[in-house]
Amino acid sequence: MQSSHVIFANRWLPYALLAPQLLVTAVFFLWPSYQAFEQSFYLEDAFGFTRDFIGIDNYLELFRDEGYVRSFRTSLIFSFGVTFISMSTALVFAVSADHIIRGAEAYRALLVWPYAVAPALAGVIWYFLMNPSIGIIAYWLGALGVDWNHYVNGDQALLMVIIAASWKQISYNFLFFIAGLQSIPRSLIEAAAIDGAGPFRRFLTITFPLLSPTTFFLIVINLVYSFFDTFAIIHATTEGGPADSTSVLVFRVFNTGFIGQDYGSSAAQSVILMVLVILMTAIQFRYVERRVVY
Amino acid sequence: MVTRRLTPTILAHLVLIMGVVLIAFPVWMALVASTHPPEELSINPIPMWFGSMGPDNYRQLLKGGIPEAGGVSVGLMMTNSLIMALLITIGKLGVSLTAAFAIVYFRFPLRFISFWLIFITLMLPVEVRILPTFDVVARLGMLNSYTGLCLPLIASATATFLFRQFFMTIPAELVEASKMDRAGPLRFFRDILLPLSRTNIAALFIILFIYGWNQYLWPLLITTDEAFYTIVMGIQRMANTGESLPLWHLIMGTAVLALLPPVLIVLSMQRLFVKGLIESEK
Repeated sequence: MQSSHVIFANRWLPYALLAPQLLVTAVFFLWPSYQAFEQSFYLEDAFGFTRDFIGIDNYLELFRDEGYVRSFRTSLIFSFGVTFISMSTALVFAVSADHIIRGAEAYRALLVWPYAVAPALAGVIWYFLMNPSIGIIAYWLGALGVDWNHYVNGDQALLMVIIAASWKQISYNFLFFIAGLQSIPRSLIEAAAIDGAGPFRRFLTITFPLLSPTTFFLIVINLVYSFFDTFAIIHATTEGGPADSTSVLVFRVFNTGFIGQDYGSSAAQSVILMVLVILMTAIQFRYVERRVVY
Repeated sequence: MVTRRLTPTILAHLVLIMGVVLIAFPVWMALVASTHPPEELSINPIPMWFGSMGPDNYRQLLKGGIPEAGGVSVGLMMTNSLIMALLITIGKLGVSLTAAFAIVYFRFPLRFISFWLIFITLMLPVEVRILPTFDVVARLGMLNSYTGLCLPLIASATATFLFRQFFMTIPAELVEASKMDRAGPLRFFRDILLPLSRTNIAALFIILFIYGWNQYLWPLLITTDEAFYTIVMGIQRMANTGESLPLWHLIMGTAVLALLPPVLIVLSMQRLFVKGLIESEK
C-alpha cells in the first residue's frame, strides 16, 4: 500500500466507516467458517444432544468413502469440461469478432447477454431442451440414432449439465478474449503479414501466444466458477443423479448436511473446499502480480 | 497493412451468425414453449414457432402462479427478487464505498488487518460453508426475512477493491483543496468522492444487481414462507412437481420472466456492463 496519498486525521471515523463491512464479515463469514472447522472434528448424533471429539476421523471417513472420491472425479470432469468447451467456443467467436469491422458491436451485444441468466434458469431450460420425451434436442439426437435419456444414463446427465454451464459461461470468456485481442499491437500482426504469414499462421504464432495472459487468467476463473458456482445448475435439474453421477463437491456438501444430516462430515467437506478455494485464489493472485509486471 | 481478403471476412460473419443462433436457441425455445397450450408440448417434435396461448399463459402466471407448485404468483416472486436484488446491491455498494474510503484516506492501527479481513470474504463463497452459515442465521432469528436473505450477502471484497483502486487514482490536489476549504472528511466523501465515482458505481450496480437477482441456494434455504419466495429459486419447485407431469408451458414462461430483467439491463446498458465486468475482475 502506498503512503504518499493525502490523508485525513481522525481517531474513530475510519472504524465507523469500516464497521458495517467488518461486522458482516465477522458474523456471516468468519464465525460460520470457524464453526465448520470445529465441527469437522466432532461426531454429532442426529438430534444434536451429544457430540464426541473424534479427531480427524471425519476426514479419514471421507476419503474412504467411494462416493466422495467419485464426487471429486465428477467435479474435475465437470470443471475441465466447462472450462474447455466455453473457452474454446468463446475464442472462436472472439477471433471472428476481432476480424470484422462492420457490425462488431451488434454481434457483441447478441453474444454476451447469457451472462445475466441465472445458472438455475440455464439449467432448467437445457433440461427442457434435452428432456427424453419432449425435448427438441433429444428428438434430433434420436433421429441421428442416439438414445438420449439423462434420467437413467449418468454420463448423459453429466454432459447435459456441462453444456448448460458452458452455454452460460461463453459470454464472459468472449468479453475477456475480445479485450485481450484488442491489446495486441497491430504492428506485430502487420509485420507478420508482410513476411507472408497467412491468417491462420498469424493466429498460431503471434495472436495465441500473446493472448496467453488472458487465457491463463480465464482458465483459473473458469475452474473456480465451475467448481463453486454451479450448485444451482445441478440442484435445479438432476439433483445429483442419476445414481450420484452428477453429484459435484458443492452439491455433496449440501446433500450431506441438509438431506443426510451428517453435520461432521458436511463440515469436513466444507473445510476441504475452503482449502481448495484458498489455493485457487492464491494461484490467481500470483498471476495477477505477474500481469502487472507485463 | 494487413490485407482484408473477402473470404476470411465472410467466414468470420458466418461463424458469428452461427454463434448468435446457437446462443439464442435455448431461450428462443423457452419463449416459444411459453406460448403454447400444454397439449402441444406433450408429443415430440414440439413446435418451434409461437402458438396463440401466450397472453393467457402469462396472465395466469402473473396472477395465480402454478397450482401444482403451491400457487405462488410469479408477480409476487418477481417483486421479492427485485427487493432482494436492490437490497443486496445497495448494501454492497454502501459498505464497500465507506470501507474503501476508510482504507485509502485514513491511517489507523488496525488498517492492515481490516484490509485482510475483507480480503478473506473472497475466499469463502457461501456454497462451501452453507450449513454453519444457515445455522448462524437461524440462531439470530433471521429466517424468513429480508434481513436474513440479504445481510449475509452484502460483504464484498470485489467492490471494496474496485473503489480502493479508483480512489487511489484521484489527484491529491483535490483532497488538499477541499481541506483548505475546511471541508471535513465526510463532506469530502459526499461532495467530491461520490460524484467522481458515479460511473464506477453505475457499472458495478449492474454486475451486483445481476448477482443479487440470480441468487439461488441462499433464498432456497432461508425462505420456507411462500411470501418470501424469489423467482429464480421458485422455478425449481415448479420443475420438480413430483408425481404430476411438469407443466412445461408455464415453467418456460416463468423462466422467461425470470431472466428478462437482468438480460434487459445488460442489453440496454452494454457499455457500463462491460466496464463493470472487466474492472471488477482486476
